[in-house]
Amino acid sequence: MKRILMTGNEAMAEGAIQAGCRFYAGYPITPQNEIPAYMAGHMPQAGGVFIQAESELAAINMVFGAAACGARAMTSSSSPGISLKQEGISYMAGAELPAVIVDVMRGGPGLGNIWPAQSDYFQATRSGGHGDYHCIVLAPSFVQEAYDFMPAAFDLADKYRNPVIILGDGMLGQTMEPLHVTTSPRHHVTRQNKKWALTGCKGRTPNIVKSFYMKEGDLEKVNLLLQKKYKTIKIREQRYEGLFLDDAKVIIVAYGTMARICRAAVERLREKAKKVGLIRPISLWPFPENAFRLVNSRARRRVKFLVAEMSYGQMLEDVRLTLDGQAEVGFLGRSGGGIPSEEEIISKIKKL
Amino acid sequence: MIEKIIIAGAGGQGIMLLGKVLAEAAMQEGKFVTWLPAYGAEVRGGTAHCMVIISDRRIGSPRINQPDSLIIMNNPSLKKFKERVKNKTLLIINSSLVDKLPPKNTETLSHPFTDLAIKLGNIKVANMLALGCYFARKNIVEEKTVLKVIFEMAPADKKGLVEINQKALKEGLRLR
Repeated sequence: MKRILMTGNEAMAEGAIQAGCRFYAGYPITPQNEIPAYMAGHMPQAGGVFIQAESELAAINMVFGAAACGARAMTSSSSPGISLKQEGISYMAGAELPAVIVDVMRGGPGLGNIWPAQSDYFQATRSGGHGDYHCIVLAPSFVQEAYDFMPAAFDLADKYRNPVIILGDGMLGQTMEPLHVTTSPRHHVTRQNKKWALTGCKGRTPNIVKSFYMKEGDLEKVNLLLQKKYKTIKIREQRYEGLFLDDAKVIIVAYGTMARICRAAVERLREKAKKVGLIRPISLWPFPENAFRLVNSRARRRVKFLVAEMSYGQMLEDVRLTLDGQAEVGFLGRSGGGIPSEEEIISKIKKL
Repeated sequence: MIEKIIIAGAGGQGIMLLGKVLAEAAMQEGKFVTWLPAYGAEVRGGTAHCMVIISDRRIGSPRINQPDSLIIMNNPSLKKFKERVKNKTLLIINSSLVDKLPPKNTETLSHPFTDLAIKLGNIKVANMLALGCYFARKNIVEEKTVLKVIFEMAPADKKGLVEINQKALKEGLRLR
């Protein structure tokens, strides 16, 4: 199979087109500009629609509209732009609309800077907008995964009629790596087999897509159904990768860019016969509690955990909730453009 | 094997392209590679740099703190990166645009790539001369692979530039 050099941003855009995405709307922001640029160049050839919207708000609401009509639709942005899109994402979660939102995180708070960061974990995994909802969140580590996760994201979005966030960062977006492009046509859901979509109601009862329920009791019923759906997702869709968990005495927990750096650190320590392992959450919501259960059943109390993030401790909370006080949890975090190196990870582990 | 290279110069000197040719050639020879550009506002008008890592195994961070090799195409770039030079760093310097002394205790190859490029007939191929010079010292990929990559990366309407770029690369390989 042919390998080509591509940035993570381009890989996500191409992956989306291969996954049957035929509607993209976005507004420029570094470090994700290669996504709209790639979409502008390639979406028309795929028979799809590319729109550079007048704002992030416009873009997310265009995606709402396209998704309501049954299209595989997506938008992308980076941290400050994703904040602007939260209202629309909340509406989509409420109206149960499938769509993919790519967040190539940069430093914050505020306008922050353009360097890689992971400081929007809370925003992505909790309800980023108002209301009590969840998006499914997937975090690729390598350019190949940036590509491979797109079809998975669209499939999950359609399966659960729920927004899916791909949570990357400036490093993933900007780095070029070899990529295997699978050009074989994939099976994907079409507008016609989305029975709930607004496809023209001639000859059938009209479908209604909304997140507004004024009648007493109605919203609660809808919310209970949403909660039931989230429970199913939590049971069925936990994704993670475990490395050397069998005999590890120290287990690093890291996702995305941080995970690839930690993986290299773990491999180096293993060469020196240090019993270090890695849990790498791939789905950030649902958080892969199952990965920790594997360790639980053995001697969880004797294993030390180290959470490494490009933030000041966000995923750390999920790890602590999962471990529920049964193991010691250390933390290494930098943010605002600082990227921990393999050496920093190794020296932290030696100090544990 | 792992080789970490930082390439730095002025915007317009073909710094990103140099890194891409290097990364593409290494990829074609089956290596793991990463290419990370400086993507700030500095790219326009100021200094530009990219970081390339070539390895036999999966690469951790694409970001380089301590390079094994540095290709420096102008003065401001030397100033920016000289702190990262360690004992065994290979330093390739474009002496046409660098007049400052490189740090001591390093292996330095200094050649006037820009002047040599002008002599070849196109100032823009200074980057390929520097790349050739780098390959002459570090046998990372085969010459024929790089020549092939130069051909493949040239856009269809610019195949006329292939020959001069390949010539510059070969010329660079002869520099010691």
